[in-house]
Amino acid sequence: MSGLKRREFMKRGAALAAAGSLPLGVVELAFADDQTPDFSFAFISDSHITHIKGREFVRNFDRGLMRAVAEANLLHPRPDFVIYGGDIAQLGTAAEIDHGLDILGGLRGDVHYVMGEHDYYLDLGEHWERRLGPQYHSFDHKGVHFVVLNSILTHEAWTHGAWDSPMARMNEMARLDNPDGSPFMVGAAQRAWLKQDLERVYCDTPIVVLSHSPLQKIYRGWNFWTEDAEAVQALLAPFRKVTVLYGHVHQIQYNQIGNISFHAAMATAWPWPYPGSYSQQTSHLPKLTVPMNRADPFFERDATGWQFVNLHSGDIDVHYQLPGNTPRVVAFDAARGHPVDRHHQAPEDRLPTQDHY
Amino acid sequence: MKPSSTPSPAARATPRPGRLVRVAAGVLLSALAATGGADEYTATDLERWQQAYGQVVKKGDELFHGGLASENTLQCAQCHPNAANTHPETYPKFQQQLGRVATLFEMINWCIENPLESAPLAADDPRMVALQAYITFERRGMPLAPGKH
Repeated sequence: MSGLKRREFMKRGAALAAAGSLPLGVVELAFADDQTPDFSFAFISDSHITHIKGREFVRNFDRGLMRAVAEANLLHPRPDFVIYGGDIAQLGTAAEIDHGLDILGGLRGDVHYVMGEHDYYLDLGEHWERRLGPQYHSFDHKGVHFVVLNSILTHEAWTHGAWDSPMARMNEMARLDNPDGSPFMVGAAQRAWLKQDLERVYCDTPIVVLSHSPLQKIYRGWNFWTEDAEAVQALLAPFRKVTVLYGHVHQIQYNQIGNISFHAAMATAWPWPYPGSYSQQTSHLPKLTVPMNRADPFFERDATGWQFVNLHSGDIDVHYQLPGNTPRVVAFDAARGHPVDRHHQAPEDRLPTQDHY
Repeated sequence: MKPSSTPSPAARATPRPGRLVRVAAGVLLSALAATGGADEYTATDLERWQQAYGQVVKKGDELFHGGLASENTLQCAQCHPNAANTHPETYPKFQQQLGRVATLFEMINWCIENPLESAPLAADDPRMVALQAYITFERRGMPLAPGKH
């Protein structure tokens, strides 16, 4: 993407924000050489479409997703595709997944879907797979290797335990703060596949990994966590530039571990508090992350959002579109070697946070 | 202090005494009975009181995690895992969205009526007591910060 186009893109983003803002983000990947064009994609996540009964769904969550879809369709220049970061549904029913996909069907262009735990633990991804294809795969786009993982698997003994019903298992996994929960993991089989998949990729090729859970360890109590994160990171270590984009946490997070940049997506449904706001346990929000401001419950779209993403030379800018709030841009800073918030990274530039809660 | 026969304000406000009022009356009787010997309670008493409290916290935990009837199926913990971001230690405080000083119970009802699209609970409804017990328990050890934002 040329400088001019990029400015146009960002200007458009600002205009959208002024018009009322939405829940989504855009990612831009840019390349230093002229052989590989810069490009962008949109990133929508965590809609948690919730079935009440009959034809009734929770209005608030329908609205969040509809708004993200509408605004993604207005982006100019057009993003090359859209990533959906997981948790279309709340309890994984066909009714919820189908209703969510009806709304997402309004998106212009291709959509790549990531599996979330709320899509999976009712039927172990059967309906999702029927509608959307394999639970993990990779693809190449304009010189970038994209890997889509199902990172929300867990111990077989838990998954295939003595559940009263599939819905009982779904309800257990749907509870974020479940003391009887089980940690997310990519698992040995998928790691073996990933190893094989990466063998044919040149180590200078930028890699973007799309997962639902963070692929790093932040707080186990809420599964802001992937149990085999280090093993996955080790497979990605030989590559010059890797970015992990994930959902699940419903908040802005970013980090840098070795060669890997991490960025989380906002939810279109509702925000979650930062784990540090639970005073009874220790958590490890990446020190780089400048938290979002505390959400106003009286404005139901507050602290929800979506992203557009730009890629330059494999480095990513994430543009968070935040309804009723100033958009935030978290971009890889080559000089510092990690992502930074373009306007709020320095302590004196920060917005008031929810630290005191 | 001289015992008074005046009913407590809670009893006056509630023609048909609820469970809370009966508990309050029980506490009053215990206080009267204890005038002959202050501090006369045993480890068993402490255990019993703690158990009674723990049961209400547990009930609150269940209500918070889907046990409360909800017209649209939403539950408190969906936005507040471990009751995080409820900050009970700051109430009562000026709630800018309401334009007045509000208590925790009013804010719980706000959530029940709006995100949960359900009917509010009375202040002395045992479910409201249990929800507050759970929310406050999850913030144990934090300093009181009334009025803080």
